Amino acid sequence: MRRKAVGLRAVSLLVMLFLYGPILVLILYSFNAAHLSMAWRGTTLKWYAALIHDEALLAATANSLVIAVVSTIGATGLGGLFAFGMEGMSRSRQQLLEGSLVLPLVIPEVMMGVALMLFFVMIKLPLGLTTVILGHIVFNLPLVTIMIRTRLRKLDPALPEAAADLGADAWHTFRYVTFPLLRPAIWGAILVAFTVSLDDFLVTFFTAGPGATTLPLKVYSMIKSGVTPEINALSALLVLVSMGCVALSLQLQRREV
Amino acid sequence: MLGHRTASVTVTLRNSCRACWLAVPGLVWMALFFLVPLGLVFAVSFASRGTYGGIVWEFTTANYVDLLHPLYGKILSHSLWYAMLTTACCFVLGFPLAYMIARSPARWQPVLLLLVMLPFWTNFLVRTYAWMILLRHDGLINHVLVSLGLVATPLELLYTPTAVVIGLVYGYLPFMVLPLYVAVERLDPLLVEAAYDLYASRWAVFTRVVVPLTMPGIVGGCVLVFIPSIGSFITPDLLGGARSMMIGNLIQHEYLVARDWPLGSAVSFVLMAVVMAAVVLYYRQGDRSAGPVERR
Amino acid sequence: MKTWFRSMVLTGVALLPLALGLSGCGQGVEGEFGEARPILHYFTWSDYVEPELIAEFERREQVKVVVDTFSSNEELLAKLQSGATGYDVAVPSDFMVAIMIQQGLLQEVDSQAIPNASSLESHLQALPFDPNGRFSVPYLWGTVGIGYDSDILSAAPDSWAILWEPRYKGRISMLNDQREVFGAVLRSMGQSMNSTDPLVIEAAKERLLLQKPLVKTYTSDHYDQLLASGEVVLAHGWGGQVARAMAERPSLRYVVPKEGATLWADCLVLLKSAPQKALGMKFINYLMEPEVAAHTSERLRFASASRPARQLVSPAVRDNPAVYPPLDQLVRLEWMRDVGKGIRLYDRAWTELKMQ
Repeated sequence: MRRKAVGLRAVSLLVMLFLYGPILVLILYSFNAAHLSMAWRGTTLKWYAALIHDEALLAATANSLVIAVVSTIGATGLGGLFAFGMEGMSRSRQQLLEGSLVLPLVIPEVMMGVALMLFFVMIKLPLGLTTVILGHIVFNLPLVTIMIRTRLRKLDPALPEAAADLGADAWHTFRYVTFPLLRPAIWGAILVAFTVSLDDFLVTFFTAGPGATTLPLKVYSMIKSGVTPEINALSALLVLVSMGCVALSLQLQRREV
Repeated sequence: MLGHRTASVTVTLRNSCRACWLAVPGLVWMALFFLVPLGLVFAVSFASRGTYGGIVWEFTTANYVDLLHPLYGKILSHSLWYAMLTTACCFVLGFPLAYMIARSPARWQPVLLLLVMLPFWTNFLVRTYAWMILLRHDGLINHVLVSLGLVATPLELLYTPTAVVIGLVYGYLPFMVLPLYVAVERLDPLLVEAAYDLYASRWAVFTRVVVPLTMPGIVGGCVLVFIPSIGSFITPDLLGGARSMMIGNLIQHEYLVARDWPLGSAVSFVLMAVVMAAVVLYYRQGDRSAGPVERR
Repeated sequence: MKTWFRSMVLTGVALLPLALGLSGCGQGVEGEFGEARPILHYFTWSDYVEPELIAEFERREQVKVVVDTFSSNEELLAKLQSGATGYDVAVPSDFMVAIMIQQGLLQEVDSQAIPNASSLESHLQALPFDPNGRFSVPYLWGTVGIGYDSDILSAAPDSWAILWEPRYKGRISMLNDQREVFGAVLRSMGQSMNSTDPLVIEAAKERLLLQKPLVKTYTSDHYDQLLASGEVVLAHGWGGQVARAMAERPSLRYVVPKEGATLWADCLVLLKSAPQKALGMKFINYLMEPEVAAHTSERLRFASASRPARQLVSPAVRDNPAVYPPLDQLVRLEWMRDVGKGIRLYDRAWTELKMQ
């Protein structure tokens, strides 16, 4: 493996560059004075100023965050329980369930959105923030469950058996053996669910009611008027805040040691 | 009992299947908020479009019959091609990255994963616009190429199929990296070392050791990338200059422009069937490749 | 693993209170202000929102206005048709108003409550889709035509045929709107843009297939950027958007081709399911106030339907043919109408065009 390291590292670096290139461009252009053309027309902070005052955009961002957090928690809770619940089932039933869990992910989003909207109208549930969250859990739950199941299936059964042999009951085995082993999968699932929810457009579009506009909806409807660099400023801020938190946590950890 | 593939996490759980009840809330949720709505749309696909775009509830198979027109077959194959290409590229780019992260010191892994995910907490549309800035006729990439003298005149990068693939790959790369990471993290490095000690070439180690052992992750990643790519419509519109129609564009067109919900539903169901078939194939392939090494 | 936890918690801690705080001032939790401050829900195009104007109305009437936006008429209809309630005032385009009236989605407006709606531009006073102005009040209007760079095109074009000129291959953009694109071709063929004749539509499709190799992109939104940056020299588009691009590239001009083009008008309507009908009418009246309308016109470069507003805008707007088309161009314009089941013909032709 050491032999591979250099080539692998180089490719990985290039891929990271590929990932961050557009982000850097976004941040760069948030300082561009030009409203329309992409040519550089002078450096300015006016888009950041406009952002602070754009109540609608900020409200949409807030909505997006609230929806993402709540639906991620809901999906992780339900999905995690689902994954564990499946453990005790027969192999064939597990396969059946896992196969059918793929279905919500396979559906074209627009169809899912329309389906949910028709359903909510049928049961006379008024569209709003709640219906969006309900819809988001529908596509996040399978994601979470599948990611946890992938890890769960490959778990070495010898470990929990050993714990049981040492006198641990089901709860303690879970808490001290299974759960720590599953943690990367769970965090991975949370990350994916949160990201998917933040960026979702179609399902949100059909299930959102008055006052429930999210960031993707707002940006998409701004297309007609041309996406202003305000969006760049917002994206730059989101990225920088997140990075700041990561850096801060690293500092804290270092201090602990 | 230990070698049995259905060995459960805790012995007590398997015997009584008390844990099965944990799955109930999730099942109820999906049944209520997924299966029922899906049934509604299925019913709609057998209805017809009213004069002003409403739904007329009279049974008809006309929508599905209409889809037999070769035009729609062309759209489908077009989309399948893009999706497969995107999946392949995501794998080629994502695997080295996932491998590197999984082999990094444990302290760094979460941070690196977060760094991979961070760009995707910005808005998808905005990232697509960023690619437009990069790929345009007078965009950054052309600027660099021309000023370095690598090309005489700016390249037409935007509004091309290449741009669409770049956009799709960029949009779904993390969905490949994360499952791959989870799978590689589980891979025992000693196995890889052992293979090298047995004088296996890098390629052999990759194909005969690493890939089979991480197959569930590979399959998961491929599925998570393939499905949204085949249904995407914003990327082909913005980066492809709306010069062609992918099946996602068709569905969106039927629902939101033509307001022909019955036809849109029919197309959606056909797409769903095709994707399910592809997914089943992926999983079968995965099981087949993972087989011999799995059964310890 | 501690890093994980901390990062997540910190990011959440940082973003969540921000989110909750903002959502508090964004939506106005219903009932929190309750009786003291009624809430008006305004559903409109994204670029029609002007925070200062909204704030002024909120101040005057002591209410809260919540704005939701959409980017196409069909989205608006999809939402309303499915039974979504809670919106008070919406801004559909002309043909969509006709559909909404037919579907019974609109509330008749009391002309007494909207005095500003009585001083409209003459050609907007008897709209084909709402002859007595019972359901809608025209708000902004304009044309669809061709934006071009006068530095590149030595002679000013006056016909749709310019978009088929091989000389400008790869420097032309068309709207990504099947009705508008077909409308342009049909007019250039001397036909109505609302034709449902299969042969005519087929012929139109053939002409568009010939044009496709010359077209750089089909876009309904960023052709102003493409014009401004010089990437295209001919763009099929809405006048107001081309007018906005003129600020970045003064050599841009706009023309309504002699064969005719689309006349459009976005109208303010009150929804039948509106919770705040009286307030909604007050809001419509406010938006049609000459000063307010002129302000909107100035910013968006779309002509206001309010006749007094024309005198209040700057000459740059009033004399710009992209905003206020000259009278002789007005007569060649046609309203776009919904073609009912005929849309299937356009759908199929459009799909075939795209798949070529």
